[in-house]
Amino acid sequence: MSASSNSGAFRIKGAGRLTPARTARFTFDGNSYTALEGDTVASALLAHGVHLLGRSFKYHRPRGILTAGPEEPNALLDVSRDAARRQPNVRATVQEVFDGAKIASQNRWPSLKYDIGAVNDLLAPFFAAGFYYKTFMWPKEAWAKIYEPIIRRSAGLGVSPTEDDPDHYASRYVHCDVLIAGAGVAGLTAALSAAATGKKIILVDEQPEVGGALHYDASTTIDGQNGYDWAQATAVKLKAMPNVTVLTRTTVFGYYNHGFLGLVERVTDHVAKPSKDAPRERLWQVRTSKVILATGSIERHMVFANNDRPGIMLASAARNFLNHHGVTVGHNVGVYTAHDSAYEAAFDLKRAGVSIATIVDSRDKPGEAVLAEARKLGIDVLSGHAVVDTSGRLRINSMTVARNGNFDRRKIKVDALIVSAGWTPSVHLFSQSRGKLKFDEANQRFVPDVYAQNSVSAGACNGTDNLAELIDEAITAGGGRIALSGENRFDWTGGMIGAAEGAGPDHAVKAFVDFQHDVTAKDIRLAVREGMHSIEHIKRFTTNGMASDQGKLSNMHGLAIASEMLGRPIPQVGLTTFRAPYTPVTYGTLINHSRGELFDPARKTPMHALEEAEGAEFEDVGNWKRAWYFPKRGEDMHTSVSRECKTVRDVAGVFDASTLGKIEVVGPDAAAFLNLLYTNAWDTLKPGKCRYGIMTREDGFIYDDGVVGRLAEDRFHVTTTTGGAPRVLNHMEDYLQTEFPHLKVWLTSTTEQWAVIAVQGPQAREIIEPFVDGQDLSNEAFPHMSVAECTVMGVPARLFRVSFTGEVGYEVNVPADYGAAVWKAIWERAQSMGACLYGTETMHILRAEKGYLIVGQDTDGTVTPDDAGYGWAVSKKKTDFVGIRGLKRPDLVREGRKQLVGILTKDPKEVLEEGGQIVADPNQPKPMTMLGHVTSSYWSENLGRSIAIALVAGGRSRMGETLYVPMADKTIAVEVTDMVFFDKEGGRING
Amino acid sequence: MLLIHCPYCEEDRSELEFRWAGEAHVVRPENIAAISDEEFAEFFFLRNNEKGLTYERWRHIHGCGRFFNAARDTVSDRFLMTYKAGLPKQPVPVAEKFAAIAEEKSVETWEQTEGDAR
Repeated sequence: MSASSNSGAFRIKGAGRLTPARTARFTFDGNSYTALEGDTVASALLAHGVHLLGRSFKYHRPRGILTAGPEEPNALLDVSRDAARRQPNVRATVQEVFDGAKIASQNRWPSLKYDIGAVNDLLAPFFAAGFYYKTFMWPKEAWAKIYEPIIRRSAGLGVSPTEDDPDHYASRYVHCDVLIAGAGVAGLTAALSAAATGKKIILVDEQPEVGGALHYDASTTIDGQNGYDWAQATAVKLKAMPNVTVLTRTTVFGYYNHGFLGLVERVTDHVAKPSKDAPRERLWQVRTSKVILATGSIERHMVFANNDRPGIMLASAARNFLNHHGVTVGHNVGVYTAHDSAYEAAFDLKRAGVSIATIVDSRDKPGEAVLAEARKLGIDVLSGHAVVDTSGRLRINSMTVARNGNFDRRKIKVDALIVSAGWTPSVHLFSQSRGKLKFDEANQRFVPDVYAQNSVSAGACNGTDNLAELIDEAITAGGGRIALSGENRFDWTGGMIGAAEGAGPDHAVKAFVDFQHDVTAKDIRLAVREGMHSIEHIKRFTTNGMASDQGKLSNMHGLAIASEMLGRPIPQVGLTTFRAPYTPVTYGTLINHSRGELFDPARKTPMHALEEAEGAEFEDVGNWKRAWYFPKRGEDMHTSVSRECKTVRDVAGVFDASTLGKIEVVGPDAAAFLNLLYTNAWDTLKPGKCRYGIMTREDGFIYDDGVVGRLAEDRFHVTTTTGGAPRVLNHMEDYLQTEFPHLKVWLTSTTEQWAVIAVQGPQAREIIEPFVDGQDLSNEAFPHMSVAECTVMGVPARLFRVSFTGEVGYEVNVPADYGAAVWKAIWERAQSMGACLYGTETMHILRAEKGYLIVGQDTDGTVTPDDAGYGWAVSKKKTDFVGIRGLKRPDLVREGRKQLVGILTKDPKEVLEEGGQIVADPNQPKPMTMLGHVTSSYWSENLGRSIAIALVAGGRSRMGETLYVPMADKTIAVEVTDMVFFDKEGGRING
Repeated sequence: MLLIHCPYCEEDRSELEFRWAGEAHVVRPENIAAISDEEFAEFFFLRNNEKGLTYERWRHIHGCGRFFNAARDTVSDRFLMTYKAGLPKQPVPVAEKFAAIAEEKSVETWEQTEGDAR
């Protein structure tokens, strides 16, 4: 056997552009086949006479290959390289064969030839459009439990891979002057023209080689050269130009705002043994000044009874397989068309030695030139006829032909049927760019009309059919001055949209409009009869055009059928909106590098590793990882936290407070600025002192809080909540830049510059004293709420005497790079003195024991400083600050607002649930009147009982009152108290 | 993704670098403590949310950090101009405005594309 016969009995010697000697082996459903390099899976299988490739979505009907391009709705396969590298729903017409590819059909069981699901085809009368909407309405509960799982299992085509994707994906941002989508005659010509202007050009085409329609159109010549050869030579010429980038195997999938386009480049999917360093796909994000759309057009199928059998395909596809891959789709081919282009496919097949059974043309008057040529080649033409049915279980074996309007039928034996209803301009990208289409009545198609962006359409996508006009249009679009001439054999005429003869409203036949979703002409008529009058409703009711091919073949037919039923012209029925992506894009490409650790990067403090070594459990606070608690061997969270709480109050504890937001506020007007941003007064704060500040929004509600230290007249060290740091800085910048630009102030985020080690507890001073130089730590020299610049272990430091525990407390701020070393030294000494490390859980409990609030936990954006019990922090003297007016709003000053209070359960062992609702009378009828809710609740080891904080209506006037927290299984009685549970006099903080 | 001209950097930069910051030219009253409830409501709560030409603020947060003003057509998403914070509301050049409005008529609206075309 020669190499060419190895690669399939349907290869035609001398036809096509592939090299017979270069072969690749692959399997399809377990059978081994030989392909030629450059074959798609579709052409390789057709070469072996394999037409049956899958089962349809709804009726499980046998399906084959309909197209030769990315618009393919039928031939969706599962392609795998190895166990982890498996992709479902791959279009056989796009996937290039590589040596060792394992390919499988989908949506069939137990096998492709005997598929049990095909019973759906017999049950078809029950599966009409809207079947799911109507059938699974009742009972309501059954939807989630029964119907949806069953429908999900039986719907869909391929099966998702279960293993992690082992491939990696790349991403690139590029800027250019002109991006050209499509490298057919129009795109290549436009590229030559644009390149001549010296501008930066990117030319993109989804196929492995440039050429577009020249792949199948073997009769066109450009500048006297065979069209396809001209295209390849032109690509070589363009690639050599420094201002031009040519990307093949690359799809422009989205055209977004302001000249922004998304491209996906398939780098290794066609390679037998890809380099491990190569990405599987590359995402290109391009910003361009101008876009030239040269996206061509897509041939439509004819809508007639049983038009979906394997062996029925578009005429241009058959021509493509012949002229590019050297494969014939059959030995005795029928043609059914409403357009001249199919004739050329028939001519090419005939000349290659394939018998053409008959050309059935629905038109009474086909183009004269093609008719004459058909006669010359001895091909029968039945004009004014229709194919009204087909037969053949797994592959077409005959077509039934009738004269239009006549009942006499006759069967003609065929082993393939090629069809064409004309061409639909590819206006997807134009439409995505928000351009407006107009309906070309004469040719029954939508073409670009009003552009929303700087783009221009050239060629078939613009409705320009004539080759000379197309070349002129492309040259003009490119903006350069070049000369080019083209010649083709036939100018095509004809085309139709909608159901063909024999598939009209009077015929109960399955004439498929949308192959991928199994939508028939009948379904669309039913949708209209059931009251769907907008094309968007018809689309959703029938799911026409909603499959992954997005109706590239079906939209126009569906529209025409709906228009006929509605008795309204097509422009009034409207076209559904095209959305990105043009063709499916893998999640891998879109997610790109943002996987694993890069999906949502974690922020870690300088002491993170040391804390980890001490056995810390971490919790997420925003993007930060914060030490949550430090369990010792055998401890659970509760025992660990109770031990930490007790140790801090008995001895001391060391805590990582580095995540606190820090903003350096500097400048001669720094105090004046803070006066405007916080409710407190700052001009009275002396350098070396700190103050707790509350920030409200203009509406008077608490926005953030934190301790602010004044280091000098013109320098403040502001701290914010961990989560609030970015928005507080944004808020400050906003006011500084736009409302108070006269103030001389500079704001700098220093959150990550400082490592913060908090040492809290009765022994805190003794722990840090030996490390500190340049500051007397005695109570007299450095009392509570002091700040100093000094050195700690010789490292320049900012030392704060502050407390979030109610104990003597210090916060040692050292430059982040020294954080670990200083932490280590302090912890060593602290440990030897019996202190502990503690985490955020203990911090929360200790502060609750003291009634200190946490913004965002105890407040929720509707709490004023007074509601929180911090009315004292609002200056009465200031004439302005952000929130001053909001605080006076009637609702904010009324009696009975919710206020933060302490809550003690009657049963001291009972720990309330945070979020629990509070009522006055647990026996009142539902819905009960809620007085408020529990905001914080903990077990306090130091108090030997539970404690809680709650927002309660009129809370401060309810001291001692008994209220109730109704839970699912019981009602908990509680008493309202003040918020300070521990050391009410507050003596411990002063040491 | 929008392309936005920062009037401080004097460059067209990708939307990724910016953050929207609400309606522009809402002036905080100098005597804010003394204004009436109605005036406060007007200042703080009420926004025009206009369809078409809108004046709004943006911040070049991942760039120079500056807040600035922009005139944008919310129908076409086209920026008609951007200018520095503190400048009074800038009139949109007639040609730009004309183009924006002409386009507005032809651009898809929900009623035209999603709703019943009748």
